[in-house]
Amino acid sequence: MTTTAPRGTGAVAPGPGNGMAAPRRATIAARTLRTDRWWLQPLVTAVALLLFVVYATFRAFQDAHYFAEPYISPFYSPCLTTACEGDTFPELFTGPTWISPALYILVFPLGIRLTCYYYRKAYYRSFWLSPPACAVAEPHRRYTGETRLPLVGQNIHRYALYAALVINVVLFYDAVLAFRDETGAWGHMGLGTLVLLVNATLLALYSLSCHSCRHIVGGRINSFSRHPLRYRAWTQVSRLNARHMQFAWASLFSVAFADFYVLLLATDTISDLRFF
Amino acid sequence: MTYDAEFRVWRGDAAGGDLQTFTVPVNEGEVVLDVIHRLQATQAGDLAVRWNCKAGKCGSCSAEVNGRPRLMCMTRMSTFGEAETVTVTPLRTFPVIRDLVTDVSYNYDKAAQIPAFTPRPRDPDGSHRMQQVDVERSQEFRKCIECWLCQDTCHVIRDHEENKRSFAGPRFLIRLAELDMHPLDVADRRDAAQQEFGLGFCNITKCCSEVCPEGIHLTDNGIIPLKERVADRRYDPLTWLGSRIGRRPRS
Repeated sequence: MTTTAPRGTGAVAPGPGNGMAAPRRATIAARTLRTDRWWLQPLVTAVALLLFVVYATFRAFQDAHYFAEPYISPFYSPCLTTACEGDTFPELFTGPTWISPALYILVFPLGIRLTCYYYRKAYYRSFWLSPPACAVAEPHRRYTGETRLPLVGQNIHRYALYAALVINVVLFYDAVLAFRDETGAWGHMGLGTLVLLVNATLLALYSLSCHSCRHIVGGRINSFSRHPLRYRAWTQVSRLNARHMQFAWASLFSVAFADFYVLLLATDTISDLRFF
Repeated sequence: MTYDAEFRVWRGDAAGGDLQTFTVPVNEGEVVLDVIHRLQATQAGDLAVRWNCKAGKCGSCSAEVNGRPRLMCMTRMSTFGEAETVTVTPLRTFPVIRDLVTDVSYNYDKAAQIPAFTPRPRDPDGSHRMQQVDVERSQEFRKCIECWLCQDTCHVIRDHEENKRSFAGPRFLIRLAELDMHPLDVADRRDAAQQEFGLGFCNITKCCSEVCPEGIHLTDNGIIPLKERVADRRYDPLTWLGSRIGRRPRS
């Protein structure tokens, strides 16, 4: 039997759309014939992301133990309300006391992570199983991807990037303030200073290595030779972009660790290791 | 060093088929295609298999080896244990013709629908000029050997046959990206990429990049930049406004 697909349509007769073989495909009942541990990577990703979400949610709503002079947790920075502990940022308004200051700003880092091209891959595979791994059938009957609401909203990623870049600047500002001691005098550095500095750096590298950043600095140009500075910027961001996944995980870990370190200091569980 | 390997090979046609088990001698240094040829020569003379260059450059011998889309000529037997059963099946996404041979005409239909290269007018001296730096990005996509492994592994059409009408697949999304990035091309393919070729179906799970035997970064260097260009056009009010008042030229 050597019939061919109808020309011009780009399609053969539709299948059931549930991952099972469509008419005229090879009849193979197994969902996948892969023999490796294809389930391990999505499982590890799901567990790691879930752990972070649970911890970050608890800390964001806790509304306590986020400041230990001179350090402020990155989950609460910039702290914008008059109810904030510490004085790391101008207090811009008085919000309801039952709303944690973290909730006003966490939408921005959450926005860039949710719409990030790397995290999309991670959570589409791990949580939505679409697909769970390459050449492993997904369980869904229909699939429309990012063609309609709400997932077409992923295209706002560049605006999430702009907001994240502002937050990055604030976190560097926090790290600079951490060179003060408890009395506000400059010339201090503790382990907390290093933790905030490394965290701010990793978060900035994550933002700068983003695919939208790569597009904005030069990717949208077709004639690089006419824009040498933007070509140079695009080249540098492309180098970072190759490590975007590593920066995504490293910065996710570092932001949780920085918060946890401040929590330990604020609850007097440990004392800060002072370098000078 | 020779050993006997157990092979399960899908045999049949569109009317039906199943996995049949064979024991085939394997010599040191061989690839899966060598073993399939030995099987064809010694035990299954009517086994249908498509192949040509045996060097990973023609893209003919695409199949699924232990469930993973691979070129059989580039899959070394040394990557499997001697006691491991090797399962070879045809590409799942396309209609089967017979045994390991599939009907990949879907891809040629899509190729014919891509708007052709549309160069700007020639310079006054009759030539087209561009710098190497301007075409480097596009050249990565020219390495494509059209083996269709990316099309086969893409879940948008692998798991949902009904999407074939509205989704061109990763190979043709990078073709659109290649043309859209070309310094001499003046056609605007961004609306077509989204509306006619289904760019929005892609959810960036990168399986196309994982299986590409040429190591093309389809997602990072082709599909995501194309999504960003479409976002410029359709989803970014500031960029749209800038282009309307003449502050943001296309190139």
